[in-house]
Amino acid sequence: MKYADEFRDPKAAKALLERIGAVVDQIGATKEKPVYIMEICGGHTHAIFRYGLDKLTPEGIEFIHGPGCPVCVLPISRVDECVQLAERPEVIFTTFGDAMRVPGTRKSLLQAKADGADIRMVYSPLDALELARRNPDREVVFFGLGFETTTPSTALSIQQAAREGLTNFTVFCNHITVPPPLKALLDDPHMILDGFVGPGHVSMVIGIEPYQFIARDYGKPLVVAGFEPLDLLQSVLMVLEQIRDGRAEIENQYSRVVPDHGNPVSIAAIDDVYETRPSFEWRGLGEIDVSGLRIREKYRAHDAEEKFGIGYGAGPRHVEEPEGCACGQVMTGRIKPVACPQFGKGCTPEMPLGALMVSSEGACAAYYQYGGARVSEVAE
Amino acid sequence: MCLGIPGQIVEITDESRLMAMADVSGVRREVSVACIADGPLSDLVGAWALIHVGFAMSRIDEDEAAATLEALHALGEVQEELEAMAAGQEAMKEGAEA
Ligand code: SF4
Repeated sequence: MKYADEFRDPKAAKALLERIGAVVDQIGATKEKPVYIMEICGGHTHAIFRYGLDKLTPEGIEFIHGPGCPVCVLPISRVDECVQLAERPEVIFTTFGDAMRVPGTRKSLLQAKADGADIRMVYSPLDALELARRNPDREVVFFGLGFETTTPSTALSIQQAAREGLTNFTVFCNHITVPPPLKALLDDPHMILDGFVGPGHVSMVIGIEPYQFIARDYGKPLVVAGFEPLDLLQSVLMVLEQIRDGRAEIENQYSRVVPDHGNPVSIAAIDDVYETRPSFEWRGLGEIDVSGLRIREKYRAHDAEEKFGIGYGAGPRHVEEPEGCACGQVMTGRIKPVACPQFGKGCTPEMPLGALMVSSEGACAAYYQYGGARVSEVAE
Repeated sequence: MCLGIPGQIVEITDESRLMAMADVSGVRREVSVACIADGPLSDLVGAWALIHVGFAMSRIDEDEAAATLEALHALGEVQEELEAMAAGQEAMKEGAEA
């Protein structure tokens, strides 16, 4: 238990670990017959590895790393479209830094920038708005990316652009939503899941209501969690207790940040600006119904897909993953990252082949960085 | 990108656009307070909030802010966020002469 000593409150961590151990025993879960708990959010994946929670918790718990890293699930076709947009001479292409190294078919955004495209890393869509104000003769495109945590920021930016009449600001919208892929995973007959640790900051925006179907229709527990180590341990305990008691409820461990009803301003902005797409492609998971957002007709002047004629409806969609890449299987929890033939060989954080290696929130990058004993153990 | 970072609102900079100056680990950055503005804006001065990509998304208390910053330090996220903010400033300058 050496890691637990590093925690802000080691005593509390040890007490939680003991209670987790007791419940695992009551359930009768073992290394051979574990309970499978999926942490949905990439931030949780990162925290679990950083704190070694996968090693501190009993062997009867198996963590499955969910699809909650927006960079990791970005399909190659969309990266290609970004490059295409960025290479237009009139365009200033603005993006979060995380997306720069995601491999595309021809090149990543980083390579496109090196080749002369005007690509700027920004911290916020507000920076992109400011660039549009300062460069009236250029087209500023913002790469809108992420789950419900970042969706309100682009929605509010588009509303602001509309109010100011900024005609040279568009968003290339790749926003996705958390509940639909969970439904897709739960519908997958190969998937074994006993419960979920739910995303904290996505829930801060949408509240806990959108997860009710998981308990109601699929009989699985979900506990919305903060990302501090004690939050995660407590949430895992709450999931385990539900499993032990045969309950399936949506609980909120992170209520100090997550109101049960979410953030009303954010929800209103999202509803005003976006509508769901019939389906959207996820890297490794394929097309998922109603899982992506697009900009509503009334804001079409700020929709890069409309303005530049790219995206859905403008050409064949599916692009194959690079050869030997097992991203899809890793993402659905079928195999561990180390079982991918490219892991640590053709694919490293410096030279990622697949998207799961790009961001520190990706399962492969987390394994690579913090894997330690677990890596050698699985590699045997 | 999804974890965000706590910051303290120090000044309202633009009433009509709901913008405020925040102090984020010693770095000043203008942020939108649209999502947490449920009363007079001046009430927000001194408040702590979780800031995601330039938007204050949720009010938190000071203890929560300290605990969150500590966790983010351990994850290496504080540095990443501050670098991203600096990159945002840099982006304004790039190509300015062109
Ligand atoms: S190691 Fe690389 S190629 Fe293999 S699954 Fe992970 S990201 Fe994909």
